[in-house]
Amino acid sequence: MVSGEKSSSEKRHIWDNPKNVQRLLVVFFICCALLLLADLFVHRHPAFEHEELNLEQAFGFHGIYGFVACVILVLLAKQLRKLVMRSEDYYDGEPKP
Amino acid sequence: MSGLELHPALPLLVGGLLLAVVPLSVRRVGIVLLPVLGFANLLQLEHGEVMAQLLGYELAVLRVDKLSLLFGYLFHLAALLAAIYSLHVKDAVQHVSGLAYAGSAVGAVFAGDLLVLFFFWELLALTSVFQVWARRDRASTSAGTRYLIVHVASGLLLLGGVAQRLQSGESLRFDALSVETPGSWLILAAFGIKCAFPFVHTWLVDAYPAATPTGTVFLASFTTKTAVYALARGFAGLELLIWIGTAMAMFPIFYAVIENDLRRVLGYSMINQIGFMVVGVGLGEGLGVNGAVAHAFNDVIFKGLLFMSMGAVLLRTGRINGSELGGLYKSMPWTAGFCMVGAASISAFPFFSGFVSKSIIMYEAAHRGEVWVWLALLFASAGVFHHAGIKIPFFAFYAHDSGLRPPEAPLNMRVAMGISAVLCILIGCLPGVLYDLLPYSMTYEPYDVTHFLTQLQVLFFSALAFTVLMLSKVYPPELPSVNLDVDWFVRRAIPRTAATVGRPVVLVSSAVGSWVAGIPRAILTLAGWLHSPKGRLGDPWPTGITAFWAALLLFVVLVYSYWFA
Repeated sequence: MVSGEKSSSEKRHIWDNPKNVQRLLVVFFICCALLLLADLFVHRHPAFEHEELNLEQAFGFHGIYGFVACVILVLLAKQLRKLVMRSEDYYDGEPKP
Repeated sequence: MSGLELHPALPLLVGGLLLAVVPLSVRRVGIVLLPVLGFANLLQLEHGEVMAQLLGYELAVLRVDKLSLLFGYLFHLAALLAAIYSLHVKDAVQHVSGLAYAGSAVGAVFAGDLLVLFFFWELLALTSVFQVWARRDRASTSAGTRYLIVHVASGLLLLGGVAQRLQSGESLRFDALSVETPGSWLILAAFGIKCAFPFVHTWLVDAYPAATPTGTVFLASFTTKTAVYALARGFAGLELLIWIGTAMAMFPIFYAVIENDLRRVLGYSMINQIGFMVVGVGLGEGLGVNGAVAHAFNDVIFKGLLFMSMGAVLLRTGRINGSELGGLYKSMPWTAGFCMVGAASISAFPFFSGFVSKSIIMYEAAHRGEVWVWLALLFASAGVFHHAGIKIPFFAFYAHDSGLRPPEAPLNMRVAMGISAVLCILIGCLPGVLYDLLPYSMTYEPYDVTHFLTQLQVLFFSALAFTVLMLSKVYPPELPSVNLDVDWFVRRAIPRTAATVGRPVVLVSSAVGSWVAGIPRAILTLAGWLHSPKGRLGDPWPTGITAFWAALLLFVVLVYSYWFA
């Protein structure tokens, strides 16, 4: 299947407009803030019944954990690249299994 | 059992093979109709067992209970979806082997003893490899061969375990297997290979991205889920599995972040999801196993959907690397939308299927007080959203515009993706339908305020991290590359080492060989010299002497015959 190429007379799509991207980001940031603030008003019941992990009851635990986890994930993965990344043809010319 | 129903593997297995001899138009009807007929047959089955005599053993060829029925339903559904998805394909090999593969998986989950399981276990390997080979290029041929070797080895380990159990007088029944005996360890190893345990996982990320666009959808549905079933049946509650599962949930997400081939990203993400299931099995009977099999059920649908969307991209653009894609939402909006439903499901957004099954496993881990496991699974949950939930749709359909404007996916692919997407949302909104099929009865409510809020917090802040890292350009760009995994040892280190270490051996053996080969040559040279005109035997012999030698020879033959014949 041959893929088409973009034509010069193409209509502008929704994310071609940087303003729409900006609006989406603003809405997204507001959602994040509201979710964090919800911790102040919602009483969460603990996942650990016997208080093995008191930290989970702290304000914003799940949000902060998710954020930090992803930053660590990406930073470690970048280091992993130094160790394991090779050129695309690395295994070409490999002996038959 | 009324005796009127067929063995549930037969409609797909035998029916599928029969499709090899019919014309394309009939075959297209057949691949959709057979899973439906098989499902209707399944509904006739009652709980119980069917025994058969074979080679002097009483074998349970069919065992029907809640656990096997759940996987039976699932595999028929998956076969139907994959069949619709591959309707546009003309290649008979893919259709025939696809249905036979589904039938083998059905046979395996209904096997009541280990010998029957072994038969279908090997059949799974043999029928599935054609989904890889069908791409018919050099890379897929060797990836398929590696895949086949690994899976045949898994079958041989299973057979070894069966033999050991037979020898020590243990039962061949496939129920909970105690890990007290070496036979059970061999069987666990066999299951572990098919389940993509760490260090034996590379067949998955090697072969799945090498398969045809439709082949990967078949592959993603059956092999690993059969292995999860086998673990749930044989090793529920084995604590070791909690730790193996946690490792499986963790390590692949790092690879998924830096991998460029988007179907390989999904392969790593698949190992991560199986990790959750293995933890569930390790947590044991009740909520643990329920969570594992519920998640297996949902994973077949949402991971199938994600592989379908990437298969459509590959079919329409001929590319699958994140570095070469982007902006496809402009001309493939349906595929983009379906992909995002799959992404939301795998990320366990509320009202999508992943939410109602993964939460059971998380709940049970916390309930047991497994703090570290719970924290690791929460980390992995954030990571899943990061690489499968955001990265896959973002780099394929959005990100920078690649300038590609491929046509939308064929109608049959959109239908298959549409049904899968509806199922993801339906199960997410009405989890009771799935919960009723689970092997253990439970009172579990996934939708409460705490769970709803905390899950949204984890997901939104993971997305926030992605956004911040993208905007600050810290996020690693998609690069055309190969990332080394443990299969490097088999594919590069061992062959290279063998070539280096083997060099003196080759030299010595060829020297010895040429010396040994020289002996007959020397004899021939000697004979040639003796018979030459100047040679001793080249002289004209008197008749009498010739007769004497002939008589002596006959005498020797006679004496020999007398004494020894």
